[in-house]
Amino acid sequence: MGAMAHVLAANPVPARTQMGASLGFHIILACFGVAFAAVTMTAEWIGITRGDAAAMLLARRWSKVMAVLVAVGAVSGTVLSYELGLLWPGLMGRFGAAFGIGFSYEGIFFFVEAIFVGVYLYGWRRLPPWVHWWSGMPIVVSGILGAMSVVAMNAWMNSPAGFTLSHGKITSVDPVSVYFNAATPYETAHMVLAAYMVVGFVIAGVYAVGLLRGRRDRYHRLGFAVPFTIGAIATPLQVMMGDIIARFIASNQPVKFASMEFVAKTGDNIPEWIGGILINGKVYFGAAIPSFDSILVGFSPHTRVIGWETVPPDQRPPFPTLIHLSFDFMVGIGLFLLALAAWQGWWWWFHRRLLLTPWFLVPSALSGVAAVAAMEAGWIVTEVGRQPWIVYRVLLVSDAVTPSSGVTVTLGVILFLYAILTVVSIGVPMIMSWRWRRETPAEEEAEQVPYGPSPAEVGASAAGHSERPALPRASAGRPEA
Amino acid sequence: MSPSAAAIVVAAILVLVISAYALFGGADFGGGIWDLLAGGPARGSAPRDLIDESITPVWEANHVWLIFTLVLLWTAFPPAFAAIFAALFVPLSLSLLGIVLRGVGFAFRHTAQRLRLQQLTGAMFAASSLITPFFMGTVVGAVATGKVPLHPTGNILGAWTSATAILTGFLFVAACAYISAVFLVLEARQRGHRKLMRYFSLRATVAGVLTGLLAGATLGELSASAPYVYKRLTGIALPLVAISIVAGIAVLCMLWLRWYHAMILRATAAIAVATVVWGWGLAQYPYLLPTSLSLATGSAPIATLVTEFIVAGLAVLLVAPGFVILYVLQQRHMLSAAGSDSDLRLAAQLEPAIPGQSAAAPVRAGSVATAVVLAVLAIRAVRDALSGSRRH
Repeated sequence: MGAMAHVLAANPVPARTQMGASLGFHIILACFGVAFAAVTMTAEWIGITRGDAAAMLLARRWSKVMAVLVAVGAVSGTVLSYELGLLWPGLMGRFGAAFGIGFSYEGIFFFVEAIFVGVYLYGWRRLPPWVHWWSGMPIVVSGILGAMSVVAMNAWMNSPAGFTLSHGKITSVDPVSVYFNAATPYETAHMVLAAYMVVGFVIAGVYAVGLLRGRRDRYHRLGFAVPFTIGAIATPLQVMMGDIIARFIASNQPVKFASMEFVAKTGDNIPEWIGGILINGKVYFGAAIPSFDSILVGFSPHTRVIGWETVPPDQRPPFPTLIHLSFDFMVGIGLFLLALAAWQGWWWWFHRRLLLTPWFLVPSALSGVAAVAAMEAGWIVTEVGRQPWIVYRVLLVSDAVTPSSGVTVTLGVILFLYAILTVVSIGVPMIMSWRWRRETPAEEEAEQVPYGPSPAEVGASAAGHSERPALPRASAGRPEA
Repeated sequence: MSPSAAAIVVAAILVLVISAYALFGGADFGGGIWDLLAGGPARGSAPRDLIDESITPVWEANHVWLIFTLVLLWTAFPPAFAAIFAALFVPLSLSLLGIVLRGVGFAFRHTAQRLRLQQLTGAMFAASSLITPFFMGTVVGAVATGKVPLHPTGNILGAWTSATAILTGFLFVAACAYISAVFLVLEARQRGHRKLMRYFSLRATVAGVLTGLLAGATLGELSASAPYVYKRLTGIALPLVAISIVAGIAVLCMLWLRWYHAMILRATAAIAVATVVWGWGLAQYPYLLPTSLSLATGSAPIATLVTEFIVAGLAVLLVAPGFVILYVLQQRHMLSAAGSDSDLRLAAQLEPAIPGQSAAAPVRAGSVATAVVLAVLAIRAVRDALSGSRRH
């Protein structure tokens, strides 16, 4: 009866779909906002310290791509801010006082990021090399802190804390407990590592394609190696982190965990299902490893794992098959990327060389897409697994959704807009890269240090670039000093 | 029940943030409006380039004021946020549409090479600069007239289609155009574009008069549609209204007399717009939604308000210096010098230089170079400030 009333009151499915589409889109760009600067700065660091022209050219080009992605990310982030109010007034109205705290801090980090993105992206020529390099550091720091602030609020939805309710209204708030709720350390670390993996493998994937097409100069090798290394360092940490988080969820959100692992009934010796589809309470097309789920949760086959029968059906997440397969997919991709990273790591350790065999490069070319897909799958597990709650065991999605009737229309509009934004964020960098290749048949080996005035300014006579051109610094001869 | 001091302080911060968005974001929207009205490709190219140069490096930072507004509203005054976003679903969605299209226009505009595509993305950017402030204006009008109930049961078409709300929408558009034209006069002056100075001076005057008329009409409408707000606007908030009128007239006089003192003209125009926002804030006091939700019942628990206060303090510490630098740079603009200056050195290097033509012209690197100059100026400004303080 109660469930029926909810259905009649408001249908959360279009709103849920719109939020999911927006989040799923924005999170990819957010990754670039968080981690792209670090990758670019690594290349620049190599360029400065070793006088490596190819690394410098990579850094400069990456910063141009960054400019586009950051702009689109700022827009899609705004969409999300609006949607919190447009779609979930019931959440914001009742819990904004707690839920908003992380976003308030994120606002500051966004500001800092926006300002220094401007300095870093456009400061290449006139800033001294190390000043320019350091101007990127606030982007890296505020990117990580901003991501943590936002993800901490998602963690709060999974593990609400730091507020007292009376008659459905928040009467007092403990901001520290809100921000640092039980799930915060796990989710934030997981997401920041994911951002570094996504960015690392996506960029590496682009250059892996170049390497496969026979462009094997230093420019393409470095363009592959720098981001791949960053992704490869993050991967083992992420796999370890994921294992820890799964155990945390088993204790903190047991029903979500039960959906992830197909645990219908509480007990010990729970098998671990690999793949499989749940139809009428039976698992088809899956392979079960006996007792392995119990072992993973508590390092012993006798570990009791809580099943979803512990809560009434209307409090269980929908689509357990989707949750389970998304989880398996994410773990599978994580292990695949770990294997890829280990392979190259092994080769580097013993041969000090990049693997250039197609057996390595083809999966590497796909690693970026795989990393993005794994991250999306992870968000499906988190978000669908929390249903029907928007704030776990405090507020139902159907009680938070907007009473407005226009959501199906805006859903269509939003999907259309995201199609445009996707075209922009993929298309513009592609156009850039075509142009670079067309304009620059041989420069990829021969770029000189980008700092200082352009040759046009210095004069066409500066043909030999053996040394760094003098930097235009006002301090050099200031008469009044 | 009177609101707590913390609630009043945070509400004041919110009003300040909104006025910052009205000024900085508004000027960017206004640029888009003038872009829209600039005419055909040949005739409109000079003003369009000026608009483009003055907006591109700063629009993203200016946009963050909007995010700040939303975050402050939903964290410190959650019931008001929920009610506004539920009742005004339609105009808010439309303003969001404008924001997205504008971002896309920006991203594409500088990459598009063919004229047709440039025109298309330019039109997208310009049109969205018109619809976003208009619908934001209707939202403010709906709130001020008390048409947003505390517990709306769905979107309320009548709330934002009242004469007052529509007038407020037009007022916002006119105000954006006005503040932007005043700023653009000074941008043109710093670049020595005498023609463009006259061009935008004329437009600033027209937009200023229009804004004044619309503001008067809106005030007149408010007397019937929002008695509470009207009473306070003509009562306690009257000094702010008066300052706005005086500042607005002063700007018109300065433009008329061609007395272009960058700092004073800019500040006076800013005051004319900001005092309207402050007046609106003061007129609504002590209501978040006149007269159904008061500050006392609509504000978050004290710990949250204190957090917002800390956030504002951190913003002053971390963000304000960056913004001051940006603002100083805009004032001491050397962006036209940067226009010929190509960032894409590679392009300059590798494309055969055609005599009489900038090698990197197609890449439209002006915007990139713009920010290069920005950064240099930032450092110089800081250094000047430091050495200046040493000298004295």
